[in-house]
Amino acid sequence: MTEKFEPNIIGFLCNWCSYAGADLAGTSRIKYPPNIKSIRVMCSGRVDPVFILEALKKGADGVLVAGCHPGDCHYQSGNYKTNRRIKLLKKLLGELAIDPDRVKFEYVSASEGQKFASVVTEFVDELKKMGPNPLKEVKV
Amino acid sequence: MSKEIKGKKKEAGKKKKLQLAFYWAASCGGCEIAVLDINEKILDVVAIADVLFWPVAMDFKYKDVEAMKDNHIDVCFFNGSIRTEEQEHIAKLLRKKSKVMVAFGACAVNGGIPGLANIANREEVFNVAYLDNPSTDNPKKITPKTSVKVKEGTLTLPEFYDTVRTLDQTIDVDYYLPGCPPTPDMIMTAVGAIAENKLPPKGSIIGPLKSVCDECRFEKSEKKIKQIKRIYELDKWEEKCLLEQGVVCLGPATRGGCDARCLDANMPCTGCGGPTPNSLDQGAKMMSALASILGIEGEEKMSDEEVEKLIDQIVDPIGTFYKYGLPSALINRKVMKK
Repeated sequence: MTEKFEPNIIGFLCNWCSYAGADLAGTSRIKYPPNIKSIRVMCSGRVDPVFILEALKKGADGVLVAGCHPGDCHYQSGNYKTNRRIKLLKKLLGELAIDPDRVKFEYVSASEGQKFASVVTEFVDELKKMGPNPLKEVKV
Repeated sequence: MSKEIKGKKKEAGKKKKLQLAFYWAASCGGCEIAVLDINEKILDVVAIADVLFWPVAMDFKYKDVEAMKDNHIDVCFFNGSIRTEEQEHIAKLLRKKSKVMVAFGACAVNGGIPGLANIANREEVFNVAYLDNPSTDNPKKITPKTSVKVKEGTLTLPEFYDTVRTLDQTIDVDYYLPGCPPTPDMIMTAVGAIAENKLPPKGSIIGPLKSVCDECRFEKSEKKIKQIKRIYELDKWEEKCLLEQGVVCLGPATRGGCDARCLDANMPCTGCGGPTPNSLDQGAKMMSALASILGIEGEEKMSDEEVEKLIDQIVDPIGTFYKYGLPSALINRKVMKK
């Protein structure tokens, strides 16, 4: 029997909203799949496209970037920039024949523990349908 | 003084000349011309050096190189990326025969223009080149084979690889000279350092640590753009940063050393100098920079569709941001279906 595929997700969560949101999911004992490895960053704007590419190169099946809702950024505008960066990065991934949906940008506020859990749950389901990151098999 | 003594004295005072080699792999030949772009200084080079191997300029044979002792060549300048079996073989051979190996030019350093072939594989490249091209008439569907039997015997060709690689993905490289092609000043800096034995630590890129912007003549101020434009689409010419005028210019993400020559000719930087120091991926850095300033005005009121539209102005991220560096990028080729 083949082993069941469990996607490996790297999550970049902004300190002020999404990380607190993930914390709330934890303290409220909301269940969500354990496939995500969360990394706290001060702002989603800190997430350089290089981080995402490197995560994918090193075998992450999906990358979740979560930041404050529009207008809520602690640093005024970091989330807007990340939104644009990730849209552009997805175009690049498309050209490289890597499913752009492997990268996800979501707004999760500090009070949205439930939303965080459902975002992760949905992402895991999507990635299970997509299968493992194709870069894991490519050897150059 | 007799002729004989004069000759002997000359011999004794003569330092052993540097033994140089030049080779080209997957490249356009521009790097070879760049060697000659140092103009009359080539005489200074010849005064201190002998050229042992330079296929583009003179008739040398591979067997001459094979006959050399290991480390016989002092410095080998290798331009071009590696895409065929022959190129890989010669790169490995020259590595064995050379004390110092220099990756010369954007192709050898980062993969260069030939590296863009990494959005395809051998089959796709051959299909376009030999079969599907509108101007190609090839009814027998002949494509290159590594060996073909004819009545006189077997003819062989080197293998054409699926993936283009940089020189240091193939062999150990000591120094890097980026640029498409490297400028005469950079070449002379490298030759000077070699001649005086003042080479930097192994693995160094011979070039400045600053970006192209640092050398660019245009005035720079706050960057915010509404629309991506090509040079010919500019309403009026202004003597200011091209990026601020909406033209995609890779200056901020590209290593300088070129004196911003393209900018001097009023054209944007396309990134041949490779990534700036400590940057892992030139294209991703530039995407980050460009996406930050594109549509920054009124960003809080913009709908997601409007943002999508803004980003859709960039039609080909690989061709725009990885023009010279796809093989050395973090993700260095398209994923091909098996």
